[in-house]
Amino acid sequence: MQFMLLFSRQGKLRLQKWYVPLSDKERKKISRDLVQTILARKPKMCSFLEWRDLKIVYKRYASLYFCCAVEDQDNELITLEIIHRYVELLDKYFGSVCELDIIFNFEKAYFILDEFLLGGEAQETSKKNVLKAIEQADLLQEAIEQADLLQEVRLLTDP
Amino acid sequence: MALKIVKGSIDRMFDKNLQDLVRGIRNHKEDEAKYISTCIDEIKQELKQDNIAVKANAVCKLTYLQMLGYDVSWAAFNIVEVMSSSKFTYKRIGYLAASQCFHESTDVIMLTTNQIRKDLSSPNQYDTGVALTGLSCFVTPDLARDLANDIMTLMSHTKPYIRKKAVLIMYKVFLKYPESLRPAFPRLKEKLEDPDPGVQSAAVNVICELARRNPKNYLSLAPLFFKLMTSSTNNWVLIKIIKLFGALTPLEPRLGKKLIEPLTNLIHSTSAMSLLYECVNTVIAVLISLSSGMPNHSASIQVSFSRHAHTFSLKYLGLLAMSKILKTHPKSVQSHKDLILQCLDDKDESIRLRALDLLYGMVSKKNLMEIVKKLMLHVDKAEGTTYRDELLTKIIDICSQSNYQYITNFEWYISILVELTRLEGTRHGHLIASQMLDVAIRVKAIRAFAVAQMATLLDNAHLLTGNTQRNGICEVLYAAAWICGEFSEHLEEPMVTLEAMLRPKVATLPGHIQAVYVQNAAKLFATVLRGHEGVPADSMVAQETSQLLIDRLPLFVQSSNLEVQERASCILQLVKYIQKLQQKDVEVAEEVTALFAGELNPVAPKAQKKVPVPEGLDLDVWINEPPSGSESEDEGRKSKGKAVFAKEESRHTKPRYTEVDEKELAKRREVRKAEQANNPFYIKASPSSQKVYQDGVGVEHIPVVQIDLSVPLKVPGMPMSDQYVKLEEERRERNKADKKKKKDKKKREKGEKGRRRRGDSGPESEEDITPAHMVDIVTEEMPENALPSDDDDKDPNDPHKSICWAPCVNTAGYGVDQPPLYLSPHPSLSLAPHLQVCDIQGNLQDGSQVVVSVIFENKCDSFIKSMEFNVLDSLNSKLQRPDGAGPHDGLIVPFQLPPGISNEARFIFSVQNIVMPQKLKGTLTFIVKTDDSSTHEKLDFKLHFTCTSYLITTPCYSDAYSKLLESGDLKGCSLKLEGVNQPFHHLLARICFHHHFSVVERIDSCASMYSRSIQGHHMCLLVKTADQTVSIDAKCDEPGLLGNVLDEIKLTFSQC
Repeated sequence: MQFMLLFSRQGKLRLQKWYVPLSDKERKKISRDLVQTILARKPKMCSFLEWRDLKIVYKRYASLYFCCAVEDQDNELITLEIIHRYVELLDKYFGSVCELDIIFNFEKAYFILDEFLLGGEAQETSKKNVLKAIEQADLLQEAIEQADLLQEVRLLTDP
Repeated sequence: MALKIVKGSIDRMFDKNLQDLVRGIRNHKEDEAKYISTCIDEIKQELKQDNIAVKANAVCKLTYLQMLGYDVSWAAFNIVEVMSSSKFTYKRIGYLAASQCFHESTDVIMLTTNQIRKDLSSPNQYDTGVALTGLSCFVTPDLARDLANDIMTLMSHTKPYIRKKAVLIMYKVFLKYPESLRPAFPRLKEKLEDPDPGVQSAAVNVICELARRNPKNYLSLAPLFFKLMTSSTNNWVLIKIIKLFGALTPLEPRLGKKLIEPLTNLIHSTSAMSLLYECVNTVIAVLISLSSGMPNHSASIQVSFSRHAHTFSLKYLGLLAMSKILKTHPKSVQSHKDLILQCLDDKDESIRLRALDLLYGMVSKKNLMEIVKKLMLHVDKAEGTTYRDELLTKIIDICSQSNYQYITNFEWYISILVELTRLEGTRHGHLIASQMLDVAIRVKAIRAFAVAQMATLLDNAHLLTGNTQRNGICEVLYAAAWICGEFSEHLEEPMVTLEAMLRPKVATLPGHIQAVYVQNAAKLFATVLRGHEGVPADSMVAQETSQLLIDRLPLFVQSSNLEVQERASCILQLVKYIQKLQQKDVEVAEEVTALFAGELNPVAPKAQKKVPVPEGLDLDVWINEPPSGSESEDEGRKSKGKAVFAKEESRHTKPRYTEVDEKELAKRREVRKAEQANNPFYIKASPSSQKVYQDGVGVEHIPVVQIDLSVPLKVPGMPMSDQYVKLEEERRERNKADKKKKKDKKKREKGEKGRRRRGDSGPESEEDITPAHMVDIVTEEMPENALPSDDDDKDPNDPHKSICWAPCVNTAGYGVDQPPLYLSPHPSLSLAPHLQVCDIQGNLQDGSQVVVSVIFENKCDSFIKSMEFNVLDSLNSKLQRPDGAGPHDGLIVPFQLPPGISNEARFIFSVQNIVMPQKLKGTLTFIVKTDDSSTHEKLDFKLHFTCTSYLITTPCYSDAYSKLLESGDLKGCSLKLEGVNQPFHHLLARICFHHHFSVVERIDSCASMYSRSIQGHHMCLLVKTADQTVSIDAKCDEPGLLGNVLDEIKLTFSQC
């Protein structure tokens, strides 16, 4: 996979992940082009389109479009499944996810994606394992934050 | 100190966190840019603080702003600071920001190497994980080089969580730093059998991706993958493995046979559409690689796939897969015609375009009309001109493909073209026009019909030109006017058409069309005169016609278009003159007709090239010697000066210039060629020179069958192609009935035998459809005496083609099936204990180069590496080495060989003289690596370049062949072989196969054969056989080469 974009029906980018090195300018141009192309398509059209030398696979979930670019030989259907799997993961993590969850917790959405895909390849095919890894990392983060807090409280109360 | 930390955390409470920022942006919809610029200022302040928590918060906000499209590259160093925090919370943010914002040209990446290395070896697996994830996004060649070893170690980490990530990221590392592949590969291979399924699937992923780029090196892993495929139940892994096999099968057809069964099983058992799709794709690849094909399988796959295809938006993929199948198994796709036609109704344009592509490939004589009819319906319905234009071009492509192969009724086709002219706003008027012209010129039988249709078009020209939007379509009037004029003898009412062509409205058409109108009005005029002369009552009509022209032409004489103006004034004067004669009752019709006598015939695009050079004409020789600049002045002065006294003297100087030596001539020729190449006015052979006017002579011998038409020619008004479809169907029915009658008759006659014949009433086969009228497409003209080698595409010496030739090193260029050039007909290379160079095949590139393919096979149990191939050059043949290499340096073989593996390498040799066979000595040095030691080994071999290997199979026609023999340039030689007791055709096949000849003609036990060397020597053989004795009379323009080839032929027969 070359990149993944999430954007809203209004064309606002909600998440972007690039697995190929491109400059900011190119990235911006590509996402602008694609968002326009996809938003122009009607609901009953197929989920695949050929774009430059890539294949674009996209799917709309509620108000969000999920869009991936894969190479010519890649399997479009498994890419659709990757998108679906990611949506399921978000759903499990946030508990019936909505666009706002992703906007306000965009770093979490990235962490989940990073546990699921690495370098554009599916890294973990078990949903359970992905969520477990995220939970543990979150626990670790909370433990650190709590320790920090305790330290500050100690400093305050015990000058 | 303590106070400072506390103060920091209190400050933090007043800072915006990410949520606040997002909320703020949402609340400032009107002045978003302004709000964000204040936020960025705040962030800049926050980044200046020492507190890492504040910094991390700022970086997190920046990452969000980066996504919104703001430039945050200025904060790259702060991101690195956050990355290097010891606390996971901040490190996580830091790496996320880095993976989103860094790219290869970010210079701070250099500073991160050590930090990343530290994180990779962190005792906390989440630190390591975060570093690996981040690295996968911003790894640079430098980072890959420096960290490759650390990541490789992680591939054997105790935790599967880390192993999995490390394996996956290795792929990125390989891409950036390919040298790391070799040392890491064994470990990667190990991971294919990792106990953890996640790690295993990661390894499969990486190897599949690698193999897609270079499948050859991964053939040895096929058994392992085969095992995985049959045992794994993980669809994600299966898809990758099946994709890998799809890449491997073209290299190893045996693999394909083995795969078919498990794949078909999967297809029938799986419920996952993605897996099914992958299986189908690979099966298609397998079927393509197995040239024999297995139609049953493909049919079953087809059915299973198309069953799903219309349930979902999988249509698109189904069509894609079908187009792949179509190339090899057109029959199995044709049965899904209806399904594909349905797809034309789809809302999605990409699906419709795919379906159109498919239709192009699946038309036959039988279904063409039906398919085009459906397409015409779509043309009417289609919204948007782009898609409609696409439909239009497709209809024309479909009908005209392979020289109108599938059209059985050209009347129908003409009416389709006429219907297409009614399209609003198409850009393809020109295309329709050229089709009309092509059909009218090349299909003689249709001319009368075409002329009638075109006359109607001209009469209704206002329909086409009325709307300014429809400009594109008026091009068809060009064709219509020309056809009506050129074939005016078929016009029923030439007067009416002539009047239509001279309407004032014509003056609004583009210039080039008006010009054609004017010219063809003159042709029509001639026809009218001819029709009405001699009958006194009609002479009035003829005079009226002249008057009409004289009245209307002045409009065109005033045209601003030069061409129109010139033609109109010419013709006007002519008509005025004719009118004068008419008034004196002089018969002029014959003379006027003579102006346009002769018929136009299509000329093949290659015709120009085929004109043989008349004997004794050397185009490279000066006709008049051009005196060189300075000398001519000199002479001029001289002759001026001396002319008074003696003329002879000046003449005397002339012969001096003709004595230019060969070298000088060659030089001048080069200069002239270069000049011509750069001169835009020098006409080179180009397709545009296809059509030329010709004398009436030479037309008669074109085989055109005169026909009697079974269909009424005159259809009132604009024709509907549907009528022709119906008529055609009726005709076919009739034909079929006739045939059946005949067969029934036969059946009765044959009595008993007839009973075995059933199937008569079965579906009509393609062959049963006879064309409506025996329409014979006029073949494109070739000049008389053209050299009859029809496939000059194959001519490797053609300078125009050599450009395409050069890069095609492997099998012969652009699809021409050329047998490999055996440099050594029998493997003459000695066997080494470890290595067998088992096959040498050569392929020629140009007149002086020979390509030798060598297959290296490792027959021992150890690993072989560092192979170096070297040949001792002779004066005549040299191994081509890269620039800068010395003449004795070896070439490094670009691969290594694990045990039991073979691989192929190609070497290019330049050869100067091809008259003599050559033997080159060479050595191959290599290192054999066993578990505990490695030894340096050497293998000597000989390469045998026979003279046969310089011959190319070239077809030749008998008349060119006899011309060649008559020319007397060839020297003869003969050979007798005794005791050959093979059938004659075996013998010929043997010569063809081993010595690259082709049979020109064979009569009983006598055959003539031909071949050509890479440097263009002709070689002709006359082979006769009688009582086990074969005599070969040979002729060639190079006796030395001939002698050697004959010796080699003798050797071939002595060995069998």
